[in-house]
Amino acid sequence: MANVPADLKYTKEHEWAKREGDRIRIGITAYAQEQLGDVVFVELPKVGGKVIAHQAFGVVESVKAVSDLFAPVSGEVVEANAELPQKPETVNKDPYGKGWMIVVKPSNAAEWEQLLSAPQYEKFVAEAAH
Amino acid sequence: MPVGALTGPERGWSTEALVDTSLKRTPLFDAHVKAGARMVPFGGWEMPVQYAGIIEEHRAVRTSVGLFDVSHMGEFEAEGPQALAALQSLTTNDASALDIGQVQYSALCYPDGGIVDDLTVYRLGGDRYMLTVNAGNIDKDWEWVTSHAGAARWRNVSGETALIAVQGPRAEALVGRLAERDVTAIGYYRFAHGAVAGVRTLISRTGYTGEDGFELYVAAGDAARLWSALLESGRPDGVAPIGLGARDTLRLEMRYALYGNDIDATTNPLEAGLGWIVKSGKGSFIGRDAIEKVRGTGPTRRLIGLEMAERAVARHGYPVVKDGTPIGIVTSGSYGPSVDRYIAMAYVATPHAAVGTEVGVEIRGQVKTARVVKTPFHPSRTKK
Repeated sequence: MANVPADLKYTKEHEWAKREGDRIRIGITAYAQEQLGDVVFVELPKVGGKVIAHQAFGVVESVKAVSDLFAPVSGEVVEANAELPQKPETVNKDPYGKGWMIVVKPSNAAEWEQLLSAPQYEKFVAEAAH
Repeated sequence: MPVGALTGPERGWSTEALVDTSLKRTPLFDAHVKAGARMVPFGGWEMPVQYAGIIEEHRAVRTSVGLFDVSHMGEFEAEGPQALAALQSLTTNDASALDIGQVQYSALCYPDGGIVDDLTVYRLGGDRYMLTVNAGNIDKDWEWVTSHAGAARWRNVSGETALIAVQGPRAEALVGRLAERDVTAIGYYRFAHGAVAGVRTLISRTGYTGEDGFELYVAAGDAARLWSALLESGRPDGVAPIGLGARDTLRLEMRYALYGNDIDATTNPLEAGLGWIVKSGKGSFIGRDAIEKVRGTGPTRRLIGLEMAERAVARHGYPVVKDGTPIGIVTSGSYGPSVDRYIAMAYVATPHAAVGTEVGVEIRGQVKTARVVKTPFHPSRTKK
């Protein structure tokens, strides 16, 4: 079973979300990077842009696959990981740390409550594997 | 990032269809699963796409040695006094030039010059040949060769034959250690018979990576024994099992065509850069007239190598543009681990095919700059 930190929230599209005060940091899960394989390209939105929950905000590509990144919550992008486009392999090496994608200032607090807890996500992944 | 989207653009890489029980398995299936490989459907087969990771596996082949299970590929034997005539009428290359023990890269073409398949032809004996064809084309090719050159005695030995490729700078040392005969004497595109790890093997100095190495043809029942002997004996060489993912990036860096991606029924050998395997002087063969017509006028498009100016993955089917006008289409593309560049193969209209030409590749609605470059992208190190 892939690493699923207990203090994060998750989506069924395999993004994680971490509350940091009034902001939310977003990335993809260890399971997601494992499924993708070697990440060779990351495209992120610019700071100041808007993201909408359940809609694509960026793209991650591995050697064999192209995948959209989906926003766990709506809001304004206040930070984007400028290092990732230069070092896409960071997503594989440290998906919950240096491999983060964006930080969002959320516009709808209710969306946070709808995200999966760690045990819920773990169960979801286990079921998806069968 | 939906798991449903965790699929490649090339056909057959989907990770979703694993429940499809109609997929065929090679004799090494259990060994792959035990080694932790990710299995995916490819050309009707359930094959390992990666073990440790595509880039790591790619590097292992370039720096030491890798093992590939390519048992999904098909093998046909043609025998008898009519065998050579059959091959001469079916294939574009000149099979009469083959010595016993020699291999030739060739193609089967339709009358309009489109490609049925690309293949290698082995001269096993005076009037005995073996053809190695692409896995996804076995049924189509079998129907084609037996219906167009039925005078030869044909045998489809695909099911009883396993094929293990050993590729990389340490391949000769590894195979040499296990072989009863001196494999250093086997030249490029030559083969010999001999036991490897006690298994009867056709040892062929061929491959699809641009590295020195061998392709070992064995009976299906012996494949697992040979595979584990190679892994065991190759440990000091840094041997690694290699999946189809790295097989694809390795061949892309060499600009080797992949049937279904870069060549198919709608492409002719000349535009694909395969004029060197078309020997029209040998006499009549299926497709010759159409190909010669193209040779007369020159192909209207050419398969070229592209290097992206920035980080961007050009993939199969993406449009190639020049000043806003479509001029071609990408057939294969990836990050090339050994060249550390984003590279692609594409058909472009002949006026734009010269090395150095700047073009654009349209990726998700955005045009990214690319340049036509010399190929192979990475220098070949096959034995000469």
